[in-house]
Amino acid sequence: MAHHIVPLNTNIKTLAALVVLTAVTVLTAKFVHLGGAGNLILAMFIACCKAGIVLSWFMHLKYDGMSNRVIALCGLAFLALFIGFSAVDLCSRNQGGQNQYSCGFSAEK
Amino acid sequence: MSTASYNKKEQAAHHFDSLDQQHDAGKEGVWIFMATEIMMFGGLFVGYFMYRTLYPQTYMAGGDSLNWYLGALNTLVLLISSFTMAQAVTETMQGNNKKALKLVTITTVCALAFMVVKYFEYTAKIDHGLFPGFNMWDPASAVEYANNHLRSDAGFTLVNLQPGQELAPGQVDGKSLKLFFVLYFCMTGLHGFHILVGVGLMIWIMKRLKNDEFGPKYYTAVEGVGLYWHIVDVIWIFLFPLMYLI
Repeated sequence: MAHHIVPLNTNIKTLAALVVLTAVTVLTAKFVHLGGAGNLILAMFIACCKAGIVLSWFMHLKYDGMSNRVIALCGLAFLALFIGFSAVDLCSRNQGGQNQYSCGFSAEK
Repeated sequence: MSTASYNKKEQAAHHFDSLDQQHDAGKEGVWIFMATEIMMFGGLFVGYFMYRTLYPQTYMAGGDSLNWYLGALNTLVLLISSFTMAQAVTETMQGNNKKALKLVTITTVCALAFMVVKYFEYTAKIDHGLFPGFNMWDPASAVEYANNHLRSDAGFTLVNLQPGQELAPGQVDGKSLKLFFVLYFCMTGLHGFHILVGVGLMIWIMKRLKNDEFGPKYYTAVEGVGLYWHIVDVIWIFLFPLMYLI
């Protein structure tokens, strides 16, 4: 496998992108009110972008072989299964014919 | 280990064909460990998501009661430490052990700064009786603590509901606030424990860098500690908005 050396320039750009996205996270969470679970979803979307940047550049997955990528994706895939089935459970709980929780999308009680 | 009779920088251990194979095997092992880390923290995150869905306002109030300035400061500290760690790997791969040593030292200082900020955050809660453990705290004090920090536009207040008591308009039952603080202490505590383990690993790496043990063909230890440090950063990237912001 090639030993790819990531140059200083790339590391600085990666750090800059992460700091900018952190600022975006704080600003959207504090000043943009989307209602319901909107802010949660937006914050998690930005966090996923940041995690993707760290995994790709700082953790070298962009330059790495397929086996390490598959291992990382396996961890994430099992986590997605866990979150997905938990969400299905929570969203399908019925009380008196009405979904009590509606996964935070409705107006809060 | 230190009595090895071969040059580690130029020769693979006897059970490997080549330095490349040795490096790839070691790195793959670290990646498998990273996958288990993702799944271990994943369980706590699922718990957080489920209870947040059940009691959205309680979790918003709990988040407001944390000091997000300190959370943001710690995010920056960890991002900078991740950068210095990544650059340390770059320098080690080019054979610059001296430069890498300086960068890992900065990373360690950042890790300790993170823990100092965490100390102030934890004591602020413990001073108000929010100490994790059995028979944890008076639920009234948790509700009072969160209400004192609620944003003015939240549109509700939490109450410590007594049996038979009815909720007035604009009031929310704060009975699940305890669980928010349990999750807060468990998740940031487990993360903080990882930071401390990282400090230990970096002290080991610093010692080896000082002894000039690494070279362009032999740097897996630095790279592995780097991967571990970045995954700790990734977990904080998710913890910061979930706990402090939303």
